[in-house]
Amino acid sequence: MKEKIKIASGQGFWGDLIDAPYHQVTKGDIDYLVMDYLAEVTMSILQKQKNKNPELGYAKDIPELMKKILPIIKDKNIKVITNGGGVNPVACANAVLQAAKNLGIKNLKIGVVLGDNIKDNLDELILEGAELKNMESNEPIELVKDKILSANVYFGAFPIVEALEKGADIIITGRTTDTGLTLAPMIYEFGWKNTDYNLLSAGTVAGHILECGAQSSGGNFLGDWQSIPNMAEIGFPVAEAYPNGDVIITKHPNTGGRISFETVAEQLLYEIGDPKSYITPDCIADFTSIKLQDMGNDKVKVYDVKGFPETQFYKVSCSYADGFSAVSSLTYSWPQALSKAKAADEILRKRLANLNLQFDEIRTEFVGYNSTHGPLAKELDEDEINEIVLRIGVRSHDYSSVERFGKEIAPLILTGPPSVTGFAGGRPKPSEVVAYWPALIDKKFVKPIITIMEL
Amino acid sequence: MRKIKLIEIAHGRSGDKGDAANVGIIAYDDNGYKIIEKYLTAEKVKKHFEGICFGKVERFELPNLRALNFLLHNTLGGGGTVSLKHDAQGKTLAAALLRMELEFENNNPEI
Repeated sequence: MKEKIKIASGQGFWGDLIDAPYHQVTKGDIDYLVMDYLAEVTMSILQKQKNKNPELGYAKDIPELMKKILPIIKDKNIKVITNGGGVNPVACANAVLQAAKNLGIKNLKIGVVLGDNIKDNLDELILEGAELKNMESNEPIELVKDKILSANVYFGAFPIVEALEKGADIIITGRTTDTGLTLAPMIYEFGWKNTDYNLLSAGTVAGHILECGAQSSGGNFLGDWQSIPNMAEIGFPVAEAYPNGDVIITKHPNTGGRISFETVAEQLLYEIGDPKSYITPDCIADFTSIKLQDMGNDKVKVYDVKGFPETQFYKVSCSYADGFSAVSSLTYSWPQALSKAKAADEILRKRLANLNLQFDEIRTEFVGYNSTHGPLAKELDEDEINEIVLRIGVRSHDYSSVERFGKEIAPLILTGPPSVTGFAGGRPKPSEVVAYWPALIDKKFVKPIITIMEL
Repeated sequence: MRKIKLIEIAHGRSGDKGDAANVGIIAYDDNGYKIIEKYLTAEKVKKHFEGICFGKVERFELPNLRALNFLLHNTLGGGGTVSLKHDAQGKTLAAALLRMELEFENNNPEI
């Protein structure tokens, strides 16, 4: 057994710093590179791409990235784990194999985790007894079944562990929990059992710290943010994991950012509910048990994590089409910028009402005044305001109402309050609203499938 | 009475959980945690977010991290992709909570 392993976070979401994974494999020694590409909205986008072209449906950045890092990871024996396979992990693996072939690389094993995508067998599963009712509202899935764009089960770490056991150098999955990507190598290297709940929870907590990339190493830090050094070259976090579950969060030397009690604590608080019960397919981690020790020099020890047995369910995330929306904006300048923006909003709303359009919601915000903190925004002395952006959005199940809204914005320039600018890019077009249907499914209904594709 | 601006004793981070927002508030030191643990109640947070949070506010304690986590239900205008809000994911709500001024009796010897 290895005495410790180093797991590096290379990507916090699809769209994160493109070169972060490259820096993680070159600026220091690591054993694993983990990359989270999937936000909830990503799956529906990828499903749409796959519907148009069956060879797509995965994070297209991956083959491009692999071209750059394949020779390095082969040379340094670094394994890569990513959920960027989206709704088409096999096509993603094929693209990576092709990239490897072009580079003349031999002996490459890619582990592919499938089985999470249940969009095409929803009827079957429902017949077998999977209810898939909305876990928040308890409504039956029949309400949205015909509008479903994507449906994926969240797998945990164990399918990845199986791929590692089969000798995979690179593992590409579909919908896998962000935390599972980091936990898997610890289970594999240290021989943790599926009943070692405290250890599984320790790895899960490490995964939560890594899953948003530099958000634990000084990015988006709400403490003394101005003191964070060299954010331009911010180092992404690295978890140094030990067999007893202790994890030291650090980053490569000579990179920007900071790892401290404060930066790690902020990430631990990110997007959590009841901290005593952080539920994953692998375990339930108790975030109140987490202890942090700031060791200085960009090292924070995370230890004493406790956890409980996993539930019998997987979480399912379905996305479905739920109408249309459009958002547009106009900028008003001093003098009386806010008054002008408010007047323009009233004029627009009156015109929309006169047209008898149907909207589920019309929302107005004044950027520069209250778009982030709403009623908490301080009253402004109008003479002190240089400019205000009127931001107005509509949502409707009636496409033509949203389309007509888009045609009513530009006219405000010549038929509304003065000193207005910032209408560029043409009429806003209606875009499809993608809504979510979170559900649970008994683990007996779905099984992960692990295959190896090799060169 | 003693008045403390929350931003002077704590930092935090917020994000989305469906139509709910989570707001994590972390005290800079143990003394600060004693203050927020005692005086930063769910009721005060609910009142602070009047006109923003339309559901209940749940509070959870993480003393090891000197932190409180608040779950603000019915807050994000329908959630991430449905919401028309500029801040559809509630990313700026931690800063919004740090605007709060906490008032309490100054006779507590512990803090």
